[in-house]
Amino acid sequence: MATLKAIRKRIGSIRNTQQITKAMKMVSAAKLRRAQEAVLQARPYAEKMAALLKNLSARVSAEAHPLLTVGEEKKVQLWLLTADRGLCGGYNANLIRAAEGFLRSHGKEKEIQLAVVGRKGVDYFRRRKVEMAERYINIGGRPAEELAAEMAQKMIAGFLKEECDGLYILYSRFRSALSQVPTLEKLIPVAAEGEKGEGQATEYLYEPGLEALLASLLPKVVEVAIYRALLEASASEHGARMTAMDSATSNAAEMISTLTLQMNRARQASITKELLEVVSTAEALK
Amino acid sequence: MPSAFNSVMAEKIRLRLVTPSRLLLDEEVDEATGPGVLGEFGVLPKHISFLTLLAVGEMSYKQGAERHHLAISGGYAEVLDDVMTVLADAAEYADEIDTERARAARERAEKRVEELSGEDKEFAAAEAALRRALVRLQVAGKEARR
Repeated sequence: MATLKAIRKRIGSIRNTQQITKAMKMVSAAKLRRAQEAVLQARPYAEKMAALLKNLSARVSAEAHPLLTVGEEKKVQLWLLTADRGLCGGYNANLIRAAEGFLRSHGKEKEIQLAVVGRKGVDYFRRRKVEMAERYINIGGRPAEELAAEMAQKMIAGFLKEECDGLYILYSRFRSALSQVPTLEKLIPVAAEGEKGEGQATEYLYEPGLEALLASLLPKVVEVAIYRALLEASASEHGARMTAMDSATSNAAEMISTLTLQMNRARQASITKELLEVVSTAEALK
Repeated sequence: MPSAFNSVMAEKIRLRLVTPSRLLLDEEVDEATGPGVLGEFGVLPKHISFLTLLAVGEMSYKQGAERHHLAISGGYAEVLDDVMTVLADAAEYADEIDTERARAARERAEKRVEELSGEDKEFAAAEAALRRALVRLQVAGKEARR
């Protein structure tokens, strides 16, 4: 049986840990609120952009711009968005598992280049000696717009140079603080699900011409999709961390109460023992 | 008053102005102007369906007797069925612009434009920064005079 002193020490250390997890939970809650706000704020732009693209693509053929051209996929690039930091439950593990699943199911017939964002993902694949075409770490310190622009540029350049013929992004979609879903989205070629023939009757004026508009709009569409994915990923990360820290805090509370019970029992036992000793000594002296 | 007259007077366009980071405006306005790449354009009710690239420049819209000014740095504008949608890369209302910062940005950009030659890769970026700063100052000035 553990001594009284050992139990006290243990309770002390658990209480310290609990304080840390509690603080982390609170920080994550605040960050989550901000990240969620950002996701909501970015939504109208993304929606309008999608509407614009749909409208436009209904009027052009798929060959109008290289980014629209769907070919056979032989070499694909998978961009995986993970977090820089751990202590967020299964967040990173879920994403990595989804990525491994993608590699396994498509790796046979296609060549897959892996691009990883976030230290946790980079570390994982480096340990397994998987080759990475791109890696980004310390993403938390950079504004998402800037990162999205840079990533979009790299992707589009790779696609136009025919280094790959399909680009996917795997990120965690934010459903709620409790639920984040690893989601795979195709970025390039841009899927424009406009219905042909619809709305072509209405007169439409383009400045400065359809081709120039497409050339400017399509890279932007990719960039906006990445930007949204980054925001969703950040909200998911904070949500996952908040949930993980919340359960860690309540686990610590549970452990403290079990240990406190144990400690009281041990104390009582020792008092009883001492009493018995005193009484029996007194008895013996009679 | 005849009802036809009423309906003409009531005609407005819906202006939606969004940037990647926020929704700036979603309201009925009487008219709007924007900086198209081929020159400034104005939009009144019953405008033809229209899609344009936006340059760095000034945008404004009229609501009743008031005219509001904004600085826009590029993007797209679409007009369709009396709904004007502006997707701006960045936009600021005149009274939101920090004149001090814009002035500092202008000076920085001016210096860089002078230092770099026309062939430099960064020249275009510096020039664009200068244009943005100038537009912001110009728009900010409008608000102050009102």
